[in-house]
Amino acid sequence: MIEFQNVAYSYGGGELLSEITLRLSPGSFHFLTGPSGAGKSTFLKLCYGELHPTAGRVTLEDRDLRAMSRDDVAQMRRRIGVVHQDCQFLDHLPLVENVALPLTAAGQPVSPEDLFDLLSWVGLKSLADHLPPSLSGGERQRAALARAVVMSPDVILADEPTGNLDWEMSLRLLTLLVELNKMGKTILIATHDLNLIRSAKSQVPARVLRISNRRLQLAGSDL
Amino acid sequence: MTPLIAALRDLLAGDHNADRVVPPTGFTARLTSFTAGAMAFLAVFALALSLASGRLANRWSSALAQRATIRISAPADQMAAQTAHVLDILKTTPGVASATALTDAEQRKLLEPWFGPNLPLDTLPVPRLIDIHETATGFDADGLKNRLAAEAPGAVLDDHTRWRRPLVAAADRLRFLGLISILLIGGATGAMITLAANAALAANAQVIRVLRLIGARDAYIARAFVRRFTLRALAGAAVGTVLGMLAMLLLPAADDAGGFLTGLGFQGVSWIIPLFIPPLAGVVSFAATRAAAFHTLRRLT
Ligand SMILES: Nc1ncnc2c1ncn2[C@@H]1O[C@H](COP(=O)(O)OP(=O)(O)O)[C@@H](O)[C@H]1O
Ligand SMILES: [Mg+2]
Repeated sequence: MIEFQNVAYSYGGGELLSEITLRLSPGSFHFLTGPSGAGKSTFLKLCYGELHPTAGRVTLEDRDLRAMSRDDVAQMRRRIGVVHQDCQFLDHLPLVENVALPLTAAGQPVSPEDLFDLLSWVGLKSLADHLPPSLSGGERQRAALARAVVMSPDVILADEPTGNLDWEMSLRLLTLLVELNKMGKTILIATHDLNLIRSAKSQVPARVLRISNRRLQLAGSDL
Repeated sequence: MTPLIAALRDLLAGDHNADRVVPPTGFTARLTSFTAGAMAFLAVFALALSLASGRLANRWSSALAQRATIRISAPADQMAAQTAHVLDILKTTPGVASATALTDAEQRKLLEPWFGPNLPLDTLPVPRLIDIHETATGFDADGLKNRLAAEAPGAVLDDHTRWRRPLVAAADRLRFLGLISILLIGGATGAMITLAANAALAANAQVIRVLRLIGARDAYIARAFVRRFTLRALAGAAVGTVLGMLAMLLLPAADDAGGFLTGLGFQGVSWIIPLFIPPLAGVVSFAATRAAAFHTLRRLT
């Protein structure tokens, strides 16, 4: 699915990520951990082409992201649902329209029933008409997940999706992601919530990647 | 070409959802309407100026009729010789198409209104007149005067219609300046709309970023901005054009003796010409906003 070949990245100073080689195979479930500032968000941005590697290459189904036309990049992003760390909504549109945004932007028909089912699934049905700035952090993260899956993408990338959630809500969100994985979606979650990882490992064969000293390693089973 | 045609079709068809993804651009959008309106108003006047000075130049240059007269005063016994000599000089003067001496009968006819039909022309020292037709380029009047003074002292070049020649040139220049003004107005409109569009794009950088991240194509994102600014410019220019044309209509009625100022306006079918201003403003706005939007988008991965 997504493949990193000897990838390095630097924001201009020293290298933040070095010599990263990795394959996310279809239907896999990965966690990405590492201390704050290790480069987890950066890694995810490399996955969907918001950033391009300073060395090596990132491919989606053997196509180099850097070589894609701008329209192909747009097309590619419709197949990768992303829960951004800072959520990224259009603050002037109600929640339900924000969740439907990938569909409307792609010119695809929007079924109101499906949309409200999706909002119920993340427990936000009653807030459908609210504007994003009026929502709590946890509500925004759940809305971001709803938007990430609305196009039924093949890959879901989530950047600290439980950062603002209490444990109960975190588990619920994890359950949603596990369900999606069982439907065949490829999942990658950046988090440093070890409890979340343990809980996931009891439900799916999840693998844990760890960024330390600029390199990506498969974390030990001590988690 | 086809993406452009598709963009134009989208522009006309409209897309409620695509319009909504960009929040109302209130102030910049109103600024665009106002700018387009004011520019259209000015363009109407520049156009009227250009058309009126064009008409004036045509009228004056045909009134010039490219004619001049030479008057020869000489003692009766030298008159025939001097006339023949002046005609010879004129034959070799560049810019003179033809020159004919008026006959006694023709001269008598010219004087008749003042002196009656029984004028004894041969006993009076009436000067002989030579009628000159110029070529389109005309002759060098000062050169001819000098030559006549040296070779035929009794001959005087009367080029009283020549004062109009610089006026015709001025009218031509005025028409040209009017056209330049229209081009400048068009350019300034494009520049101002580009600035307004850039301000709107900068104010909505976050919206554009989000749209790009969720897989919206550049054309989709640009469309919301392009449509908004083009329609605003179109509406503003329509209002400005109508007001400008009303102002022209309300100018005091022109009669031919009124001269240039009252002749400033549109006549007959030329009333159609200012109607092209709003669509042109729309096209200028479309191109300017589209270029600005794609320029901004290309900086985003
Ligand atoms: N746009 C940027 N320009 C420069 N430095 C950045 C930028 N974004 C992130 N960084 C730096 O890169 C490092 C890794 O950031 P990030 O990938 O967000 O880490 P994480 O998500 O693991 O906390 C941090 O030190 C951060 O300050
Ligand atoms: Mg981060």
